[in-house]
Amino acid sequence: MPPRTLHPALRELALTVRILSRNPSAVMGGTIIAAMVFLALFAPLLAPYDPVRLSLPDRLLPPGGGHFFGTDELGRDIFTRVLYGARISLSIGLLVISVAGGIGALIGATSGYFGGKIDSVVMRVMDVILSFPSLVLALALAAALGPSLVNAIFATAFVMIPKFARMVRGEALAVREMPFVAASRVAGAGHGFIIRRHILPNCLNSAIVLATLTLGDAILIAASLSFIGLGAQPPTPEWGAMIASGRKFLMDQWWYATFPGLFILATVIGFNIFGDALRDVLDPRIRR
Amino acid sequence: MSEPLLLVANLCKAFPLGGGFFGGGKRLLKAVDGVDLSLSRGETLGLVGESGSGKSTVGNCILRLLDPDSGSIAFDGVELAELTGQALIKARARMQVVFQDPQSSLDPRMTVGGIVSLPLRVQGRARGRELRERAAAALSEVGLGPECLDRYPHEFSGGQRQRIGLARALVADPAFVVMDEPTSALDVSVQAQILNLMAGLQQRRGHAYLFISHDLTVVRHVSRRIAVMYLGAIIETAPTDALFTHPAHPYTRALLASVPLPDPRKRRNLARLTGDVPSPVDLPPGCRFHPRCPEAMAVCACEAPPKVSLAAGHDVVCHLHSSG
Repeated sequence: MPPRTLHPALRELALTVRILSRNPSAVMGGTIIAAMVFLALFAPLLAPYDPVRLSLPDRLLPPGGGHFFGTDELGRDIFTRVLYGARISLSIGLLVISVAGGIGALIGATSGYFGGKIDSVVMRVMDVILSFPSLVLALALAAALGPSLVNAIFATAFVMIPKFARMVRGEALAVREMPFVAASRVAGAGHGFIIRRHILPNCLNSAIVLATLTLGDAILIAASLSFIGLGAQPPTPEWGAMIASGRKFLMDQWWYATFPGLFILATVIGFNIFGDALRDVLDPRIRR
Repeated sequence: MSEPLLLVANLCKAFPLGGGFFGGGKRLLKAVDGVDLSLSRGETLGLVGESGSGKSTVGNCILRLLDPDSGSIAFDGVELAELTGQALIKARARMQVVFQDPQSSLDPRMTVGGIVSLPLRVQGRARGRELRERAAAALSEVGLGPECLDRYPHEFSGGQRQRIGLARALVADPAFVVMDEPTSALDVSVQAQILNLMAGLQQRRGHAYLFISHDLTVVRHVSRRIAVMYLGAIIETAPTDALFTHPAHPYTRALLASVPLPDPRKRRNLARLTGDVPSPVDLPPGCRFHPRCPEAMAVCACEAPPKVSLAAGHDVVCHLHSSG
């Protein structure tokens, strides 16, 4: 039995972590994510070079020697740039998910709780956004806003909002019929209180799972935008942008585009399998 | 008898059934059709009926969880039926509810302390440390210790959860509590504990209860008066003893006869009902019970029976007792 002195929410968290640690795919996904976070956090300490300093004599060196992953056409160390790229990609992912998740959950909870005409209108708008392939829509939006990292983040977040809104709305529809909501209404709780204290907390588990699962997508879309030139601009060491410039050298200098690509792959897979495991673990039916 | 705390008159609630796609042929399910009730301070009124009889709908209309179509609900001298917004919240502050399912009536994401103190919090009557203290006091009244405050509902058994629901209902010191089948989801042994707890609370605090149940033995145990509902209408109201000794309505008699006896050697002539409850969408003409009534007469099929008073507080809606 866990000690009673802990804050109750922390106790629940500790339990979740304990169950997760017994789930192999959670451990694997979690390890990848933890490794990425570690590399990103300590990039300045781990990286042997400066990510943006040019050194033309060292251009396009193969992996080995002083450069684990080789160098690019301007003589920058690719290992260094990949580490700094982890900072950028992870921040983009987190930012996108917080913005999209926050706005989407609020829209979904309100829409589902009130129902009726508001709900129909809001959900049709979400359907319209969802009906476009997210990459295409993000591309169009980023192109319209102009190429910059901030605009790419905004565009990516925008196309992610409907996923959260739909999911939370579905849960809100179920939660608002629960007797504890009726009991609170009788006690005198207003709509705002019920949405904040009953609807949103009860959608939290699914929202966290969806956030973990879509974090990979968000990183991928943002990297794709940078690849096309609509996101991070040179000399920012962003993975998508690095692949884009490495593409020209793929035949002869394979390492240039390959290493950033591998990191994107690992990150996306890490978040996906961790999200899958989290979904299983947070399901209250399996929990106890 | 003093002025009643709650006076419900001619309450009606119908639910539209999703009729034709083009709006044509929309039909109404008459869940509650002209219900009158009165309840004094500190009294328990039992409301019995089989499932689908509309007894929970009556409770929900009184609590204004549902908006009644017509009729009046006077609570402590204030007419609730038309109130909205803040005025409703204020008028409803002295009402509470306990639901059947102790699992879904407690928010799984809140601690027990948060759940129990919620009425005080949303009514702005306490904050911070005081919320916790009053929640602890309410929990101790239902026999739970202060160590429960920081736990989550799933850590408790069904009976304990129902106690938590009771604590939430009494924390804001209500005058009136709707008990919507509060013991139906519990084991028999736990049922008795909860019922005794409720009775004790009522004695100390003077709550009035509307006790909704399908279980006649339970209702008999807790109520001073009983109202019997059939298909959205109250067909008999009587003091508990009178109802059990001289049931006047044929439906009440059948209901009483259906209560199982603990002694298997005792056998009774079961006035067993035949047929099913008619659809509340197409109510039968005349008396709503006549298609199943063992004593139906010609008049029952065409004329709605009047309400007849047999004795003080004993009313029945039946042609058998109308003199004329």
